[in-house]
Parts: sequence; structure tokens; C-alpha cells
Amino acid sequence: MKKLLCIALSILMIIGMLSACAPGIDKSQASYALVTKSAGNPYNEKEAEGFEKVMKAMGVPAGNYIIKHPEAATVDAQINVINSLISQGVSCIAIAANDANALSSVLKEAKAAGIKIVTLDSDVAVEDRLTFCNQAGVTQVAQALVDAVYDIAGGEGEYAILSATSQATNQNAWIDAMKAITASDSKYSKLTLVEVAYGDDENQKSTDQTQALLAKYPNLKVICAPTTVGIAAAAKVLQDKGSSVKLTGLGLPSEMAEFIGDDAAHSCPYMFLWNPIDLGSLAAYASIALAEGKITGKVGDTFTCDMENSPYTLTAVEGTTASEIILGAPFRFDSSNIAEWAKVY
Amino acid sequence: MKSFLRKLTGKHEVSLAIIMILMFVIIDILCGGTFHSFTNIKDIFRNNALTLLMSLGMLLVLLTGGIDISITGVLAFSGMTIGLMMKNGVTHNVFLLFLIATAIGTVCGLINGLIIAKGKVSPIICTLGAMYIWRGMAYIISGNAWASAQDVSGYSDFGKDGKIGPYIILGVAFILFIVMMKWSSFGRKVYAIGSNREAARISGINVDRVQIAVYTIMGALAGLAGALSVSIYASAQPNMQTGKEMDVIAACVIGGVSMSGGRGTVLGTLLGGIFYAIVYKALPLVGLDSIWQNLIKGIIILAVVVINVVTQRAMKRQNLARREI
Repeated sequence: MKKLLCIALSILMIIGMLSACAPGIDKSQASYALVTKSAGNPYNEKEAEGFEKVMKAMGVPAGNYIIKHPEAATVDAQINVINSLISQGVSCIAIAANDANALSSVLKEAKAAGIKIVTLDSDVAVEDRLTFCNQAGVTQVAQALVDAVYDIAGGEGEYAILSATSQATNQNAWIDAMKAITASDSKYSKLTLVEVAYGDDENQKSTDQTQALLAKYPNLKVICAPTTVGIAAAAKVLQDKGSSVKLTGLGLPSEMAEFIGDDAAHSCPYMFLWNPIDLGSLAAYASIALAEGKITGKVGDTFTCDMENSPYTLTAVEGTTASEIILGAPFRFDSSNIAEWAKVY
Repeated sequence: MKSFLRKLTGKHEVSLAIIMILMFVIIDILCGGTFHSFTNIKDIFRNNALTLLMSLGMLLVLLTGGIDISITGVLAFSGMTIGLMMKNGVTHNVFLLFLIATAIGTVCGLINGLIIAKGKVSPIICTLGAMYIWRGMAYIISGNAWASAQDVSGYSDFGKDGKIGPYIILGVAFILFIVMMKWSSFGRKVYAIGSNREAARISGINVDRVQIAVYTIMGALAGLAGALSVSIYASAQPNMQTGKEMDVIAACVIGGVSMSGGRGTVLGTLLGGIFYAIVYKALPLVGLDSIWQNLIKGIIILAVVVINVVTQRAMKRQNLARREI
């Protein structure tokens, strides 16, 4: 009886595994995969939406594009996903990396298997990918954030940064660029960065960190949070307390609608973001162009697509010969347009 | 008077309280005297209300010799459910939403209890599965979206900074548990099962029923914590409070609850929870570099548990020596 049950269960499992594979990849043409940072984040969901839209529009069959959201925003989870994509034999992987270096060995494996790697949102080491779909140039984002801090603080005073994790690639790049901009231009000499705090993209921790910033720096004027979870948590803390400290950064319009406004009752006068749907779309177009050989990832390559800033040219990442594709300048959300954008994403 | 003092110092809670007060004073000095402010203490409780609340349920579970690691999964599922109900305009009634979340938690807990007591599945395995199931359910129903501050606006006023809602829930829960564990037959049965399951069974205690009740109460508290989380953070996210079950277990253990069952008190759990909350609150304040904070947190927790065990042993030895004379 036990044996029978065992056999029955094994057969069921095999059937389950087989049926999970369908619809299979059509090997006669190129196949694409998108790996986001993690499941459960509307931002990543919008990237996937843009990616899928383009895949459909370009006539890629349903089995030939795969969208994977790892269960947690960790490198381990992404490594697992990439390993399974390698064994499925996709032609191109677009990935928003959770760590700049830790994915290196698995991406080299993928490259050895003939898979073309594109990054979006958050880059890896340049030798591990062909090109990077940059949501907005690092300096453009940093410039926008510094100017916002300057404007909201009234040209002088203390400000703090509330980031995600201490090893988040894009947050660190923006923060470094912000520091460089404020150091190089005497216009910003009266702004003092008091601390970079890390809320790990957790509500509770971001709340603790925001409260700590308020307690530690009584003269604080502005908090700049270049991360969606952090900015929402900080906005809530400041707005609840009716604090005079104001907030700016990068956030999702739908999550921030409650907090954006010009009066004292709102904690965030304005903030920025790009359109994650467009970023996903750009990654999809870049993947297709790479797979079809229209671009190779070299600086100076161009390709056309059905997007606002088309044609796109691959430009050099500062200080290297590696390429990136810049989506456009960051978009500003304030009291005049937040209601409209909150409905979109 | 002397024997009263001796009795007092022999208690685990007292030594923990002394360590805690010492730590509080040191942190306060390090922060330049800002740590003991009313706002700060209020924030400590509010931002750790979920851990404190769920540690009560965890106390019961640990007392029976079990463990429940599915609590944050249940929290996410119940929190996400009511978040979506608000997002889709079903209801914004605070009381009703708290009730729904608690009810969902209760059912989740009941299922755990039934599987563990009747199915004789080990608690860690059962709740490990449940953790993934309820967390997964939270992802599925959310469709990878959040219920944002705008969606839960109005409801979130309950847990807003300055409102007393969360404190009342915490206060009532702790008083209820103190009474239940000290003076009800259910409380005594829980201790009895944890100290010696076989003896408890022979003496006529329905072990299965108590076990089911314990996990159901844990589930109810996790569901309630889900409602509270959405209210305090004004946002329902499917990945909310991931990993916090470890904080809850740690709070209990610091509070002197034995992982093998039978030993632990509500007061100790409260102290453990507050201790944990103070550490959480203090680390970003004392000027430590952010990347060091996890390491320091781990060291402090281990140190306190060790110090507490050592002082306990010393006190016991002293008491024994006195008795011999």
C-alpha cells in the first residue's frame, strides 16, 4: 500500500513538473527573459508590464518570453532564477541586479552558454553584461536630487539621505554622485550632508531610521530618500509628526500621493522618478536588438524603437569603454500632476 | 523584608530589568540625554507594537514546547487582505477591518493547531510550510501591488503617531495574558504540558485541545498584528515584516522563555520585547555606522542572554548557600 502510494505520488509529481514546463520555448527563434529585483513590489511589476507589452507588440510568441520575480530582493534568489534560465536555454536575459558583484560568476556561466546579458535599473560589473538600460543617467538623477534639496532647504542647512540597503548599486551611485556635485560647485557649499542612513527597504527599519535622524539632528531641514519604500515610510513619519523637515527623493506616485503637496500639512513638496513601464520596454527593445544582431553592445551602436526618445544610442559609462542606454531625464512629480500619475503607477 | 528582597532578586525578570535599566542609562548618556524623552519612549512602543503583541502568542507556543514561524506570513496575508478591501472600496470601517484581519489570523492559526495536534506534525515543519503558504497567498491576492497610503487613508489614523489606539491594544493584550497565565486553568494547563507532556496527559489534560488553542491564539494575534501594521505604516505590502518572526522569538528568549517549553512568564516576555525594542531604537541613534548595526545587535542579544544566565546561576548558588547555613 505504501509502495503504491509512493509510486502514485512520484507519477503525479512528474506530471506536475512536465505540465509546468508548457508552453515550452520555441527553439527556432530567439527567447527572452526578464529578471526583476523581487516579487511584491509594484515598481518591478511595472517594469515587467513594459517588457511584456513590447514582447507582444514585436510578435514574440508567449512561450518565448519569461518574466521572473525572485521571491526576495537578494542575490541568492536571483542566482537561482538565472541558473534555471541557463538550463532552459534562453537567448537573452535582462536583469535588474540586486548586487553589483555577487552575480558575476553566474552571469559568466550564462555568457559561456551563449546567453546575451542586458541589465536594467541596477547594473552589474561592466564586463558581465553587454549593455545597461539606465533609467536616467546617474549624474542627471543626482543633479535633480541635489537641486531639489537645495531648493527645499532654501539654499543652506543640514540634510540627510535615507537609502535602501548599504550595498544597493544604484542608490550608492546616486549618493556618490550627489556628494561629488555638492563638493564641486560652490553654489551648494552651504548644504551639509549630516548622515546617510539605511532603512533596508523595510517599513519598520526605515521608520526607526527616520525618527533617529530627526532626534539626532534638530537643525535638519531636508531628508532625501532615493528609494520607494524608504521615501514612503519617511513621508509617513514626517507627516504624522507635522515635522518642519521636508522630504524629497525617488518614489512611486501612487504610494506617495497622500504625502505630496506644497502646504505644511504635506511632508513632500515634490519628488522624482522615471517611468518603470518605459524602462521595461527599453530593456525589451534592447534585448531584441541584441538577439537579432542589430546592436552588439558597443558604444556608438544605435537602434530605433517605438518610444519617445527613439532612436537610442549606446553611450559610454563614465570612465569606462562599456556602454549604457539612457532612458531620459528623471520626471518630476508635484501637487500639479500627482493625482493624474497616481492612477498610472 | 530581607526574604522578600531575596525572593525578588532570584527572579529572572529582575536581573533582566536591571540589565535593561543599565543599558537604557548608558544609551541615554551616549545620546546626550535625548533618549528618555516621552516622544522617544512612545515611538519605541509604537514602532515595535507588532513584535510585542506577537511575542505574547509566541510565549504560549514556546511554553508548550512548540514554535510558530508562520506568524509574519499570516500577518502579511491578513494585512494584505484588509488593505485590498480598502483599495477596492469594500469598507473603511476600522473596527470591522480589525475584526476581519483577526478572524483570518484565527483560521490560519487553527489550521496550524489542527495539523500539529491531530496530524502529529512537528511544529517547525508545519509552520514552515504555513509561512510559505500565507506569504505566497499575500503575493497572489495582491497581484504584486501595494495598498498605498492613499488607499488606506482614514483607516491609518488609528495607528497614526500621537493616537492611542496601538497602545490600548498592547495594554489590554498584556493585562489579559497576565490574568490568563496566572489565574486561569488554561494558563496552568499550558505550563503543565510544557513541563511534562506525558504527566499532563495522564492527569487528564486534553493535550491536543490545549495545543490547538495555543496555535489559534497565536494566529489571532498575528492577524491582529497585520491590521495594526497596515494602520501604523499606512501601507499594505505583500512582503511586509518579512523575517520579523525571528525578532518575536528572540524577544521571548531574551525574556527568559525556555525554547524547550514549560518556563517563561508574561512579564519576562514584555521585558524581552522592550529590551529588543530599545536596541532597535538605539542603534541608529548612538552614532554607529549603519553597516555595523546588525552585527552589534547580534552581539548585544547574545551578551544579554549569557549575562542573564550567568547572574541567574550566581543568584541560585547564593540562595542555596544561604539555605545550607
